[in-house]
Amino acid sequence: MIETPNVELAAPGTQPDYYYPPYVSSMSRAPLMPLVSLPSTTTENTGPVFGHELIRRGDNDLTAQHAGEPIGERIFVHGRIRDEDGRPVRNALAEIWQANAAGRYRHKVDTWDAPIDPNFSGAGKTLTDEQGRYSFKTIKPGPYPWRNHHNAWRPSHIHFSLFGAGILSRLVTQMYFPGDPLQPLDPIFNSIPDEAARMRLVSSLDMQRAEPNYALAYQFDIVLRGRSETPFEERPR
Amino acid sequence: MSAEPQLIPASSQTVGPYFRIGLEYMTDPTEAAEKDTITIRGRVLDRDRAPVADAMLEFWNPSATFAEPTAIPTGFARAATDDDGNFCVRMAKPAQITANDGLMQAPHMLVLVFARGLLRHLISRVYFDGESSNSTDAVLSTIPADRRHTLVAHRDGQNSFCWNVVLQGKDETVFFAW
Repeated sequence: MIETPNVELAAPGTQPDYYYPPYVSSMSRAPLMPLVSLPSTTTENTGPVFGHELIRRGDNDLTAQHAGEPIGERIFVHGRIRDEDGRPVRNALAEIWQANAAGRYRHKVDTWDAPIDPNFSGAGKTLTDEQGRYSFKTIKPGPYPWRNHHNAWRPSHIHFSLFGAGILSRLVTQMYFPGDPLQPLDPIFNSIPDEAARMRLVSSLDMQRAEPNYALAYQFDIVLRGRSETPFEERPR
Repeated sequence: MSAEPQLIPASSQTVGPYFRIGLEYMTDPTEAAEKDTITIRGRVLDRDRAPVADAMLEFWNPSATFAEPTAIPTGFARAATDDDGNFCVRMAKPAQITANDGLMQAPHMLVLVFARGLLRHLISRVYFDGESSNSTDAVLSTIPADRRHTLVAHRDGQNSFCWNVVLQGKDETVFFAW
């Protein structure tokens, strides 16, 4: 029989609602029926573990994937992935994708009239190390207009996709840049009610990791949901 | 290392319409193992039954054998929808899970749904038509009878199933929270 969920749901205000009218696309896509709460089982407490063969040399350097150097402001992005208990998440797959310096995605659906950079694909991936650390080298993405509302512009951001210890810790989020005046105007950023939670998606300038005469660095630490402890359950691995 | 309790997990944000740039490399269904492989095809639809052309599904099979690690683990598959909202995924058919957590579980997979318009991903389960254990499955049996069908893939060939995801409205798919 089903009992009370044994996993704590997210802290109030720290996750966006599904139905959020200021983000127009959510209105026809967000479910309206209440979600069904369940205790977690083997299904939820396990998850994929990705092998190092998945990562090729250069996958975490988005500036070195083509014959020439991409245009724009070269940056380092690095951080640590931990779970709710502060433990580093090792061998976590981190995948990123982003627009180029002009705010254009290299995708057929993106029709924004900004140049495509032949030397920039905008995709990278890596696995975290024993301390849960990851790093990328890339180009700072530009802001771009979108059709959500009148004069809508997305702040500069990098999309992050992460796998933690179990499938329930799966997270897709976006990293923003400090001091971007477009953030308070952006419905996607503002979909997170709690201000402190919103600000945790803003990276911080890291002069320790910046390289003189070469590139600035931004630190973006990510906390993933932990794996629930279900005392009566054996895990397959 | 001293544990730092109660850190708050990062907030979710939408995958947006351009996730294919970074995530689609893992969606080729021909790379799946051939033995005991099933195909699941379906569509992702919105409130107006319009196809969702920019959705991504991830399937997790908890009964997959945890053999030697490979680049893309057994039991995991990712599929993106095409212009008509169609997806196709090929992977090993789940086995019945031993009910060592006290819950009888019929063969099923966890499904994560990502799309533009979804600020957080949705979590569903897919079961398989014709499995006798479906009738005693602890999760399926808690779902109101008139919604249960949204979690069951229908057989349309020997190793082939059809399962649609309806994000909102009539026949809205059951989504879970843990």
